[in-house]
This record gives sequence, structure tokens and C-alpha cells, in this order.
Amino acid sequence: MTTYEHTIKVFDDEIGQLRGLIAQMGGLAEQAIDDAIEALKHHDLETAAEIVRNDKKIDQLEVQAEELAVRIIALRAPLADDLRDVVAALKIAGVIERIADYAKNIAKRTPLIDSHGQIEPLSVLPAMATLAIEMVHDVLDAFAARDPEAAQQVCARDRAVDDFYNSLFRVLVTHMMENPATIGQVTHLLFIAKNLERIGDHATNIAEMVYFAATGTHMAERDRGAFVTRQGE
Amino acid sequence: MNVQSPIAQHKISARHVNVFYGDKQAIRDVSIDFDRDVVTALIGPSGCGKSTFLRTLNRMNDTIPSARVEGEIDLDGEDIYAPEMDVVQLRARVGMVFQKPNPFPKSIFENVAYGPRIHGLASNHAQLADIVERSLKRAGLWDEVKDRLSDSGTALSGGQQQRLCIARAIAVDPEVILMDEPCSALDPIATAKIEELIHELKGRYAIVIVTHNMQQAARVSQRTAFFHLGALVESGSTSDIFTNPRQERTKDYITGRYG
Ligand SMILES: Nc1ncnc2c1ncn2[C@@H]1O[C@H](COP(=O)(O)OP(=O)(O)OP(=O)(O)O)[C@@H](O)[C@H]1O
Ligand SMILES: [Mg+2]
Repeated sequence: MTTYEHTIKVFDDEIGQLRGLIAQMGGLAEQAIDDAIEALKHHDLETAAEIVRNDKKIDQLEVQAEELAVRIIALRAPLADDLRDVVAALKIAGVIERIADYAKNIAKRTPLIDSHGQIEPLSVLPAMATLAIEMVHDVLDAFAARDPEAAQQVCARDRAVDDFYNSLFRVLVTHMMENPATIGQVTHLLFIAKNLERIGDHATNIAEMVYFAATGTHMAERDRGAFVTRQGE
Repeated sequence: MNVQSPIAQHKISARHVNVFYGDKQAIRDVSIDFDRDVVTALIGPSGCGKSTFLRTLNRMNDTIPSARVEGEIDLDGEDIYAPEMDVVQLRARVGMVFQKPNPFPKSIFENVAYGPRIHGLASNHAQLADIVERSLKRAGLWDEVKDRLSDSGTALSGGQQQRLCIARAIAVDPEVILMDEPCSALDPIATAKIEELIHELKGRYAIVIVTHNMQQAARVSQRTAFFHLGALVESGSTSDIFTNPRQERTKDYITGRYG
């Protein structure tokens, strides 16, 4: 990858701004997932409500990123790796927005789950969330560094999140059968697990975009971690 | 592309072409093919040899005393630099449109009629008028000039003059049309008209166009060839060249990182 600058310097500034917006969105989304799981763990309704409110900030950043990307395409007519970069940024902004929506969805369910440790599977969710957050974090690092190998490594990790989900699914269904009184709350937990699993899928999706932007070719099927979630789909 | 024979023959095949101006080499070992029904854009930084190479395709370089061409260029499999090649005939088969519209200081009608007349394509005035009308129509100029065919060609606007030159080039029923920056003196509307015309003409001819406008190359061509310092660096489908060029030099040029 050539690193030297464009003859038109403002072009570099604008691409830098766009990438900055993506990094900012990514940071907020990671924080939102982390906070959502903490709020869930401690039944912290205050924090949960704040996560829902803060989601607007991410939505606004997405709008800004979209406007900037469209402006760059219109005014600079980028080509080759520049074009792939701008298109990837535009798409990634949309995916981060959706990742943040999952965090928001987790936060919205928090008031409906008042378990205080009674529901044992709750203890597994934070570990699963940590994995998903790491994927989001690392894939955005890969985007920042235009690093296709790092993107591939993120894809490889999606399987672990899927495995988490599949085992949680079994545990939660068993729990519901044994404790029918908790069905309502546990269903919410199941959705939360599903949300985390989807976040992993979205990170994988971003990884594919990063790979294409960096190399101009699509990631080979086997590297994509195209792992079918076998249960609860 | 020619699909009739299993071994598709290209309209033009250039092989190991070198061009010298005196001792200075302007084109270095260029090999490339051009096909009917395909628009090929030649791009590259100023002075890289695009015009020089384009002119080899109809022996326009013959008119430059210091120019010397080596290698082989075949038109339908026939070497155009062979001694028996009739250059006047060749330039009718391989027509050219230049950067600045250059109509003759004669009537619009005469501008278009000139070629068919000297090539004996019409045996009477009615036939000639027919060719003129058809060519002007194909060049998208007929409606604008049909009531003033005896006006001077130089009285037209720049964009109209360029379409007149295209009409003049197609009046002799060429097989290949070479265009050297045909829109560089035109405004966006006139440019759009020429681009639309190129698109319409594409089906009948092999078209080779030199352009400095990357967007224009992307819009009008199906294949793109990138020249640098007299060499052909990369050629391929236009969409590949503009989204994912193979060569670093191509990428640096089209993304504006050159030099
Ligand atoms: N008639 C000539 N006599 C001597 N040298 C020439 C002549 N025409 C072109 N050259 C040289 O040959 C090289 C290629 O020139 P050419 O005009 O083919 O470039 P080009 O790619 O068409 O450039 P541009 O984009 O500026 O039109 C240049 O170094 C130029 O100076
Ligand atoms: Mg030139």
C-alpha cells in the first residue's frame, strides 16, 4: 500500500476526518455494549436509561459520516483504493450504528430482568460480551491500520461467539423448562445473548469490508467464519 | 469482439511498438489490441506518449519528419506499415478526431462531403448528399445544422465543430476512430453530447480515445490502458483499472498520488 500523500492535500484531510468519525462511533459502540452488560449485571436502571439516550449520539455521527462520504465521492471522485476506502467507511458507519442498536436493545431489556443472581446463566453473558466487544474493537483497529490479516483474525473469532450462544441457548432452554416461572425473564436473556451473537456477526461483516477495502479482493469463504448458528436461529 | 472465428482476430493488434523522435524514444515496446464494439481509453501523465502511440495506429507520425516507428501494427491482420499499404486508404479506415475541432474553412456540407468525394464513395450529388445527411445524423448534429448546410463549418460552436469533425471522420465509413482528447476544449454539456455519441458509435467501430479526464475514461470506455514514460504499464477492463488496478503506478496516477 502506497503511503505517500495525494497531490491534493485536502483530500487526505477529508479521508482522515471520515476515518476519525468511524473511530469515534466505534469507541462509543464498544462503550455502550460494555455499559449495557454492566447495567444488566447490577440491575442499574440509571445507566441503562443513559445508554438508550446516548444512542442518538451514534446516530448523529453516522449521519455526519454519510454526509462526508457522499461529499468526498461527489467532490473528489475517488478511485481505486481511495474509492474502496470511502465506500467501506460509509458501510461500516451503518454497521456500527446497528451494533449500537443492539447495545441499546440490551439496555432496554434491563428493567425487565430482575434476577439478582437467581438466574445462573446470567453469569456467562459478560464473558460473551467481552468477546464481542473485542471483535468490534479489533476490527476497527484493522480498519484504521488498513490491515487485511488483522481483519481475517477477527473473522476467525466469530465462531467462539457463536459457540457461546449455542451453549447458552441450551442452558437457558433447560432453565426455562425447570423453572417455568422465569420464562419471561429468561426469554429476555436469550434475546440479549442473541444480540451479542449478532454483534459478532456484524464485526465479521466489517472485517470483510476492511479486507476488500485493503486488498480489492473478497475474503476467501473459509476465512469468513461463515459458521451457521445451528440452534435458536 | 469478433466471435465468428474461434481464434478471435483483433481489429488492431500492435506488437512491440517503439517510436523515436530523432534519438529520443517516446514509445517503448508497446503491445496491445483493440476490438470492434469496444471503446479503449488511453490514459497517463502528460508527455507519456499517448498521442504518439495513437498516431502510430493510422500512420499520422509519417507526417513528422523526425519520427520513426518500429514493431508491427496489424489492421485486420494486415501490417499497416507494409510498403504496399495505401496510406490515404488507411486513414479512411482509421479515422481521427483531434483535441481542437479543426473544420476546414468551407461549408458544413463540404466538410463532410470532402472525404467521401476523394474516396469516390458517391457517384452523384444525391448520393453524396445522402452520405452527408447520414453522417451528420450519426454525429448527432443534423437537427442543428440541416437548415444551414452552406454556412461555414468554422461558424459553429466548439461542441458543434467537434461533432462536425466526428461526422467528417465517419463519412468515409471507417472501421476505427481515434480521438485525441476530443472534449478538452468543450463545456460539460457539449462533452456529454460527445460522450453519448461515442457510446452510440461504439457498436460500429473500434474506438480509441485519449483523455486526461479519469471520469470521462470511466464513463465512455470498456477498456483502459495506462501509459507511463512511453511504456504500457497496465491495460484491462475499465472497471478493474478504476476500482482495483494491479500496478502501483496505475493506482498512484488515477488516485492523484502521482509525482
Ligand atoms: N513532434 C515531436 N518531435 C519531438 N518530440 C516529440 C514530438 N511529439 C512528441 N514528442 C515527445 O514525445 C513524448 C511523448 O509526447 P506525446 O505528445 O505523445 O505525449 P502525450 O502523452 O500525448 O502528452 P499530453 O497528455 O500532454 O498530450 C514527449 O516527451 C514529447 O516531448
Ligand atoms: Mg497528447
